[in-house]
Amino acid sequence: MWRLLRQIRRVGLVSEAAPAAEAAPLLNALQEKIRRVFGHALAIRHVDAGSCNGCELEIHALGNPYYNLEGAGIRFVASPRHADALLVTGPVSRHMAEALRRTYDATPDPKIVIAVGDCAACGGVFGTGYATIGRVADVIPVDATVSGCPPTPLALLQGILQAVNTPRAGTS
Amino acid sequence: MTAMQILAPELDFLPLPGALAATRVEVTQMQLLGLCQAVRDNGGRLVSLWGEDLRREHGGFRLCTALQYGLSLAIAELPLRADAPTYADLSAIFPSAARLQRATYDLLGLRALGGDARPWLRHAAWPADVFPLRHDAAAAPPSAVEPPPSAYPFVRVTGDGVHEIPVGPVHAGTIEPGHFRFSVVGEKVLRLEERLGYVHKGIEKRFEQMSASDGARLAARVSGDSAVAFSWAYAMAVEAITATTPPARAQVLRGVLLECERLANHLGDLGALGNDAGLAFGLAQFSRLKEDLLRVNAALWAQRYPMDAIVPGGLREDLRAPPSALTSVLHAIADELLRLREIYDNHAGLQDRFMGAGTVSCELAMQLGIVGMAARASGQPQDWRNEFPVPPYDAVDLRPALRTQGDVAARVAVRFEEALASIALCLQWLAALPEGGVSTPLGAAREGELGIGGVEGWRGPVFVALRLDESGRVRRCHPHDPSWHNWPALEHAIIDNIVPDFPLINKSFNLSYSGHDL
Repeated sequence: MWRLLRQIRRVGLVSEAAPAAEAAPLLNALQEKIRRVFGHALAIRHVDAGSCNGCELEIHALGNPYYNLEGAGIRFVASPRHADALLVTGPVSRHMAEALRRTYDATPDPKIVIAVGDCAACGGVFGTGYATIGRVADVIPVDATVSGCPPTPLALLQGILQAVNTPRAGTS
Repeated sequence: MTAMQILAPELDFLPLPGALAATRVEVTQMQLLGLCQAVRDNGGRLVSLWGEDLRREHGGFRLCTALQYGLSLAIAELPLRADAPTYADLSAIFPSAARLQRATYDLLGLRALGGDARPWLRHAAWPADVFPLRHDAAAAPPSAVEPPPSAYPFVRVTGDGVHEIPVGPVHAGTIEPGHFRFSVVGEKVLRLEERLGYVHKGIEKRFEQMSASDGARLAARVSGDSAVAFSWAYAMAVEAITATTPPARAQVLRGVLLECERLANHLGDLGALGNDAGLAFGLAQFSRLKEDLLRVNAALWAQRYPMDAIVPGGLREDLRAPPSALTSVLHAIADELLRLREIYDNHAGLQDRFMGAGTVSCELAMQLGIVGMAARASGQPQDWRNEFPVPPYDAVDLRPALRTQGDVAARVAVRFEEALASIALCLQWLAALPEGGVSTPLGAAREGELGIGGVEGWRGPVFVALRLDESGRVRRCHPHDPSWHNWPALEHAIIDNIVPDFPLINKSFNLSYSGHDL
C-alpha cells in the first residue's frame, strides 16, 4: 500500500500540465454552460454504431488525468436512460441502425446527439454500401459533429461544448 | 524444401514473392483435407480462410486457406464449381474455421458441407440469397427498406434454475458492439454464446476497385487499435505484387511504429484491467503513460494514432521530430512500468481477482488454435516476429513472453513483459537508425498474382491477402484479424466463472469487433 501511495505522491497532479492548460478556458466555459442547461453534471452515453474503434480510444483518453473530463462535470453513464447526450461513432452499419434508434428513443428529452469522427459526420473511408448507411444524421437527429480520424481529445471537448451551445428545436 | 513440403510431399508448393516467406499450392478437396489434417496433427494451425469469385477469369470460385506449420506458411487454393460452390467442412480439424466458413458463405455463397449453417456476419442487412462479395452483386444496398432484425437461433441451456442474460449490442462502457448470451445458474456462467457482425461494414467489397494507395487508408481502419499492423501487412502485400523493397530506414521505422502500437495498447489495457478489478489507481497511472506516448506520436508522425504513416513502398514521410523525443518518453515509461508492475504484483486484492479468472489451459489453447498474446499466456511459444521475421525483426533476438497458467494474471504478466520488450526493441532500433529516404516508387503490378503480408500485431498475427488487376487497382483484398481465433476461446474462458468477472476476463483478451466483423 505504501508503494501505491508513494507513486501517487510522486506523480502528483498532472491535470495542470501544459496541454490541459490549453483546454482550461474551454473546460470552464463548458462547466458553466452544463450547469445552466442541465442543472447538473452532463451525463454522456457513448454508442459505437460501426466504428473501427479508433474514436473509442480517443473518447477513453478524455478520462485520463491530463484531460480530466469528470473534473468538468461530464461523466459517461452505462444506460441511455441516465444520459443527457449521446456520443455516436462510426459510419452507421445497417446491423447497428436499429440498436442506435432504440438507444436514441430510450434517452430522455432534452437530449443532444454528437456525431464523433469523420465516419459519423459523413461516412468517412467506409462511405455508403450494402452494409453501411453512412453518416449518423441519416439515422437519428444530430446536434453537432466532430471531425477527425480519429478526433483528438481537444477536438472532442470542443465538439461537446458546441453541442451544449446549440439550441435545439423542440427542447428548451 | 519447406517444412510444409515434408508434410505433403505429393503437392507442388510454389514460392510466393515478397517479404513474408510463403508458398501457394493448388489442391483438390481430398488433398486439402489431408493437408489440413497433417498440419493439425503436427501442431500447426489455421491462419485464415477466405473465398474468391473467379468466375470471370476461370469460370468458378476458389476457397483459400492459409496454413502455418512451424516456420512455413502455405496458401492452399481449392477451385470450386460456379454452379455448386461447396467444400467439405474443416471445423472438425480446425475449430476456428467454423465462423470463417459461415462468414465465407454469407459473403460469397461458398458452403461448407456438414458445418454449422447458421448465418454469422449476415443479420438482416441483405437477403439470404444475395452474396455481396460476388462480382455481380451491387455495391449499393440491396433494398431501400431495412428488414427487421432477424431472430438468431442461440443454443439453449436447459435445467433447474438456468436462465439467460442477454447483453448488447450496445454495452455499458465505451467499447465496440456485439451480443453476448449468458446462460447462468445464480452467478455462475454455464455457457456463453457470442453473436458478432454488428459492425460489419462491407470492408472487403469497399476494397474492390480502390487504387493500391487508397487501399492503405482503408486497411489502416480495419481495426483502429491495430492500424499500424494492418497498414503494414497491406503494404507488404502490395510490395510483394509490385516487387518493391522499402528503404532500410522505412523498415526500421515500421518496426518502431508497430512496437509503439503494441506498447500503447498494453498500457491502455493494463490500466483498464486494474480498474475492472476495482483499482482505479491503475487506470489513472497507465492512461497517463499512454497519453505521454500518444503525444510523442503526434510530434513524430503528426497523428496520435499513426494510422497513415505506413504506405506501400515505405512511409508517408520521415520523422517530424528527432528520435530523442521518443527515446526520452520510452525511458520514462519503462521506469514507471517497473514500479507499477511491482505495485500490481503485490496488491493482494488485485491478484485475488486476476489469479484463476478466465483460464484457458495449454491443452485447450492448442486444441482451439488460439494465437498471439493470449496464446503465449497459455504456454504456446508462437510469435510471427520470430517465426516470420520480416525486416527489421530479422536482426533482433526476441524471446516470447511465456506463461502457462492461461488466466487473467498470466495475460497481465505477458503484457507487462511485452510492453518492456517493445521499449527495448525501439530503443535498440532508434540508436542505430539507418540514414536515407523512407519510400521507394512501386514497381509494376503483376496482374492477378497473389500477394500476402503479415506481422505480429499486439493481439496476434495480422494477415492480408491481396490481388491487383492490370491497372494496379484492388481486385480482392482479404484482411484477417487474429480475433477470429480468440473469440471462441473467450466462450470457454468464462465457463464456471461468475458473471461480474466477465468484463475483467473480456478485457484481458480485448478482442476486436471491427477487425472481425469487417
